[in-house]
Amino acid sequence: MDAIILQVLNGLDKGSAYALIALGLTLIFGTLGVVNFAHGALFMIGAFCAVTLSRILTLSHQVIDETRTDFLGNPLKVDVPYVYDIFGQAAGDTIIDWAVPLSILFAIPVMILIGVVMERGLIKHFYNRPHADQILVTFGLAIVLQEIIKYYYGANPIPTPAPEAFTGSFDFGALIGMEANNIIYPYWRLVYFGFAAIVIGAVFAFLQFTTFGMVVRAGMADRDTVGLLGINIDRRFTIMFGIAAAVAGLAGVMYTPINSPNYHMGMDFLVLSFVVVVVGGMGSLPGAVLAGFMLGILESFASMREVINIIPGINQIIIYLVAIIILLTRPRGLMGRKGVMED
Amino acid sequence: MFGLDKKDTSLLILVAILTMLAPFILNPFPATSGLAQFNAGYPDLMQRFVIFGIFAIGFNILFGLTGYLSFGHAAFIGVGSYAAMWMFKLVGMNVLPALALSMVMSGLFAVVIGYISLRRSGIYFSILTLAFAMMSYALAYSVLATDMDGPDQQGLLQKGLTGGETGLQLTLQDPRVFGQQATADGNLPVPSLFGLEMRSSTDVTFGDWVFTFSTGYYFCAIVMLIAFYLSIRIFRSPFGMMLRAIKSNQQRINYTGLNAKPYMLAAFVISGVYAGLAGGLMAAMDPLAGPERMFWTASGEVVLMTILGGVGTLIGPVLGAGLIKYMENILSKINSDILHTWFAFLPDGLEDFVVGMIYPFIGKGWHLTLGLIFMAVVIFLPGGLVEAGQRISRIFKGRKAPEGAKKSSTEPAE
Repeated sequence: MDAIILQVLNGLDKGSAYALIALGLTLIFGTLGVVNFAHGALFMIGAFCAVTLSRILTLSHQVIDETRTDFLGNPLKVDVPYVYDIFGQAAGDTIIDWAVPLSILFAIPVMILIGVVMERGLIKHFYNRPHADQILVTFGLAIVLQEIIKYYYGANPIPTPAPEAFTGSFDFGALIGMEANNIIYPYWRLVYFGFAAIVIGAVFAFLQFTTFGMVVRAGMADRDTVGLLGINIDRRFTIMFGIAAAVAGLAGVMYTPINSPNYHMGMDFLVLSFVVVVVGGMGSLPGAVLAGFMLGILESFASMREVINIIPGINQIIIYLVAIIILLTRPRGLMGRKGVMED
Repeated sequence: MFGLDKKDTSLLILVAILTMLAPFILNPFPATSGLAQFNAGYPDLMQRFVIFGIFAIGFNILFGLTGYLSFGHAAFIGVGSYAAMWMFKLVGMNVLPALALSMVMSGLFAVVIGYISLRRSGIYFSILTLAFAMMSYALAYSVLATDMDGPDQQGLLQKGLTGGETGLQLTLQDPRVFGQQATADGNLPVPSLFGLEMRSSTDVTFGDWVFTFSTGYYFCAIVMLIAFYLSIRIFRSPFGMMLRAIKSNQQRINYTGLNAKPYMLAAFVISGVYAGLAGGLMAAMDPLAGPERMFWTASGEVVLMTILGGVGTLIGPVLGAGLIKYMENILSKINSDILHTWFAFLPDGLEDFVVGMIYPFIGKGWHLTLGLIFMAVVIFLPGGLVEAGQRISRIFKGRKAPEGAKKSSTEPAE
């Protein structure tokens, strides 16, 4: 029982990332009908938003500290972040410590901007081209974005720690009244799951309960008719693209403490996210979320030692195997609708 | 000639002449001049030109004719390489049985993958093939890399079927039933064709020019010419017409009572066998097979080559493969010192500025250039280099040309 709960928990953080990226992919696909191979790059850029903000916050200038001397007896030069000058030392430390969560505020406008620019500047011109062209141009874009990031940030992973308060682990087993010390779970992963749940909930609520969301849903069902009713559906879809980019970016921001960001993390996630989208059913938002968590948890079960001893390496291929089986038995995916991408 | 019409024959002969004279054509700069780094006439690179040419020709039979975009073709390259390596390890260093096995194995893989993937079309097909390729990669990287039979006498399966991260390599303990385990001086034997070593080459010095003629390159080039000839025949055959028909309207094919499936599968298997052949040749030129050949970016690379050259055209994929491999080698070799010597004639500040502007696009950043070129081609020139050539020739020929150009052999399949 302990082992099962532990694996479910372990699967949640990866599953959250899959679900968030797949949600964005599905949003773009459902609204614009475009298959976005650059979505993994957006996830990666989100992660680098966090890196950038923590670099900005630790920007510092040298001050001569008269009270201390170096080994030669000269006054010591100390780096003082500009944040100290503005907020004072204690508050400054807290702000630097909380760089990753603060990056959410920084990443949302940046990602929406990138998404809108991408849609208006490039993808707009590909609506009437074959899907193969859309795949290819976004694939090219993904390479370009990845290489730009590599140029500025280097090829090595950049460690970006979580705030002090959330480092370390806690005893989840004792928390739910089971035997202590069996289920140890890092705080940040729980934070990540909670954050993902909030973002997913917010996207669904936005689509379900706002007028804007209602128009977008109507546009997803029948774009032409909505256009004929005098609604500028294109502009709304552009904004949805921005929101989808922001969802991917936020997934990236919060993922940085779990895995130090590097330039190819987006590509690594992209392939799996596509599999998630296809398993969930192309164009189905609940399907994407469900499949994301399902595959994440499945992967974590497959990486249990007991399973690996029977079939070595099964954790590497389980997702693909499941995807192939599901596509063969339920060609539209778990929750796919008829008529979506049937051509 | 060879059952081709006049136009195709001249195309084939042109390609044959170009590949046979490649050591001259690709070496236009004297070895002593500063431009020698642009020479591409060394065996390693020329071999890659033709091997990736074969890969792209095969991919074009699937993507160009039927429009099914496979994102997992690198899997067959990997299968071909591993099959050839096992032939080298078990049977002997002759390349022909190795190539035969790599084609058979990749063909079998293609039958299985194709049978499953072709049940879906469009984006689903792309993602299914991608999933299969990534699965093969994971299998080769870790699953099949674990010891299978326990330590057997020769340690053959000590690192599993694929050798994992380090890849599959020849060892002196390999049985090689029909060949020698080691050369007379105790070294590893090299792949050969009935005693003709693939690695051997002759240098011909001509004034300042040095031309290298490598056995391996000419072997690959002949294989590529055969592959190219077969692809022309496929393009012109009723089977090729059928594939084009599937591309333009699959529904109509079904309504006329034809089953498109066997044709699709045949095209998929043919292109898989081409890829396997390319993989086998890679192993024959450099006896080593690693899982990174199956990674999905490798599949993306062949898509890129085909698009860059011109989808659905005969010569396009070969051109695309050559251009990308050339850029990969040449651009990634340039560093900032070389740039500084080039722009040394500029005033200092301007020189630094120009070098700074160009620097991100060369050396380690050549992928950025590649991505930008790729995007530009997809956006502005969907027909690739071939279309560019046609447009230019149309400008020169005036208005008479378009009529003929439309029917030319290089027209992309609708």
